[in-house]
Amino acid sequence: MIKQSKLPGLLTLGTLLFFYLPIILLVINSFNASRTGGSWGGFTLKWYEQLFSAREIWHALRNTLVVAVIATAASTIIGTTAAIALHRYRGRLQNAHYFLVYTPLVVPEILLGISMLLFFVALKVNLGLTTVILAHITFCISYVAMAVLSRLQDFDVTIIEAARDLGANSWTTTWSILIPVIFPGIMAGALLAFTLSIDDFVISFFVAGPGSTTLPIHIYSMIKRGSMPLINALSTILLAITFLAILAYQIISRHNRPAED
Amino acid sequence: MEDFLWFKEISKTFATTRAVDNVSLAIQRGEIFSILGPSGCGKTTLLRMLAGFEAPDSGRIILDNSDITDLPPNMRKVNTVFQNYALFPHMTVRENIAFGLKVAKRPKAEIRDEVDRMLTLIQMQDHADKKPAQISGGQKQRTAIARALILKPSVLLLDEPLAALDLKLRQRMLLELSLIHDEVGITFIYVTHDQGEAMSISDRIAVMNNGRVEQIGTPAEIYEAPKSSFVAAFIGDTNFFDGRISDVVDAEYCRIDVPGLPRMLCFNDKKLAKGDLVHLSIRPEKFQIALEQPAANPKYNVLPGVVEDVIYQGDHTRYWVSIGDDWRISISRQHTRFMLDEKPIQWRDQVFISWFADDGFMLERYSEKDEELLEMPPQSVGENDDSDKDDESTDSAQVDTNDTTGEPI
Repeated sequence: MIKQSKLPGLLTLGTLLFFYLPIILLVINSFNASRTGGSWGGFTLKWYEQLFSAREIWHALRNTLVVAVIATAASTIIGTTAAIALHRYRGRLQNAHYFLVYTPLVVPEILLGISMLLFFVALKVNLGLTTVILAHITFCISYVAMAVLSRLQDFDVTIIEAARDLGANSWTTTWSILIPVIFPGIMAGALLAFTLSIDDFVISFFVAGPGSTTLPIHIYSMIKRGSMPLINALSTILLAITFLAILAYQIISRHNRPAED
Repeated sequence: MEDFLWFKEISKTFATTRAVDNVSLAIQRGEIFSILGPSGCGKTTLLRMLAGFEAPDSGRIILDNSDITDLPPNMRKVNTVFQNYALFPHMTVRENIAFGLKVAKRPKAEIRDEVDRMLTLIQMQDHADKKPAQISGGQKQRTAIARALILKPSVLLLDEPLAALDLKLRQRMLLELSLIHDEVGITFIYVTHDQGEAMSISDRIAVMNNGRVEQIGTPAEIYEAPKSSFVAAFIGDTNFFDGRISDVVDAEYCRIDVPGLPRMLCFNDKKLAKGDLVHLSIRPEKFQIALEQPAANPKYNVLPGVVEDVIYQGDHTRYWVSIGDDWRISISRQHTRFMLDEKPIQWRDQVFISWFADDGFMLERYSEKDEELLEMPPQSVGENDDSDKDDESTDSAQVDTNDTTGEPI
């Protein structure tokens, strides 16, 4: 028998540990009764109790979710229409369009944050939840557009012609053919937008005003005040929400999976 | 029979290519009309203009006494079967077929009954709830046909409908298509680059080349009496001879001098005069081949030659016979009798080939551009508007299509 090399397995294990060990430690420490986290002081849920009684955390979580939901909804609609336009029409102007949609993905976040802050200040807009939402929509559009565009890449345009041929007007064709077929791409884009919005720190940090603190910003200020165990518990909850969102997406996409050609 | 679909002087230019060049066609109610031609000849563009996906630059399309040239696709009583089927991937077979009626907002019960009727017609009752990805190519094809037929169109357009199927399935689907045609009785317009398909299914064929219609006629007319060299070479297989009229025998016959061949008698259907240049086409099956010199017959031309190649194909054998250094003639011989008893004609045998003076066909010379088209297999020729579709098409049924042997080598 040919002896299989152990190296690929070890490499995989090493890579996974590199990724997940810090996260696993964080989750374990959130149940650690010891304050410093260096040693195991017994299982406890007291950090979670403290967390649930901290009003400002609930406020931050509410802000985060409001921002994420609105930003996701808006950027999904705008991003999807952008992707459809990019896919359907060709031309020099479309190259510029593609460039504009693509750029926010590669521009450093801090640059986006600063420029948006300067923009809002110049327009004398008061910083608050609205500015955070607008900023999040801005960068989420690009992610949604790219996700939908990749789905459209294997979209067979003749089925649009087939629908028209069978008597459907453009409205019916869009809603009963185009949208259902690219729905997995739209979902992927929306999920991406949601997760990016929930954990965005840099951009939110610049454009948030008093009372519009989001969870990541709040966690950052908690670190400065040194309440590590609370942060662990909070991060664990965030982690759980993210996992649930991905799980939901998996289930939805399994039910809606269009038959691949 | 009445003419009920008219293409009137249709032209269409894409960028710099004239895809369709002043085409006029009159198609009768209830017939299967094929538009046949190599890739890039404009046949798909013509079909797309009828479906409403392209607008002609000039000309009108008249369907059943009304001008449909400016109607959008969803307002035309015309439905299309697409080359790659274009089934909706997220719908079942049943939902695909029902789509047209659902869009038309017909009552649910009626839709169900109609779809059931269609499923029976295409024998897909057992696969009604499968998605397109779960059914075979032939089943997708039948679903696409049913989906197009359920709206009871005046005309059904079929765009290379069998190109993606393998040879056996293609032949079966051809048969099924003509059965369906008998059943529904509407006009079919069938676009293809495969002359075999067009010949076997059509009532009439329009042969197109370079955006123009070269000839319209029944399959037999087009095969036996091609109007141009292009048609002669594109439909089936032929031998071309270039020569000069040496003398006119009588009102019907003349003699032709072809360099490197004995003087030959030929039916003078173009009424050419002495000294005229002539381009002659003789189909491979019009030649007889024998080891013995045939009995003299004034209407037969007998040419002695040497067998260069023999390809046995079961029902017929193809011979290549060389005459002198210049000629290589393709001959096809049907095996109407059992072959094993007789002395076979083999490689390097001295043979006599003969043809009847009425079986030669005089043609105009075709252009250099056509020659290029004919030498390439149909699917490898770039087409401005539907090249990607044609790329998928499998090789044409006859391996010897477009063969132009018989030309001087």
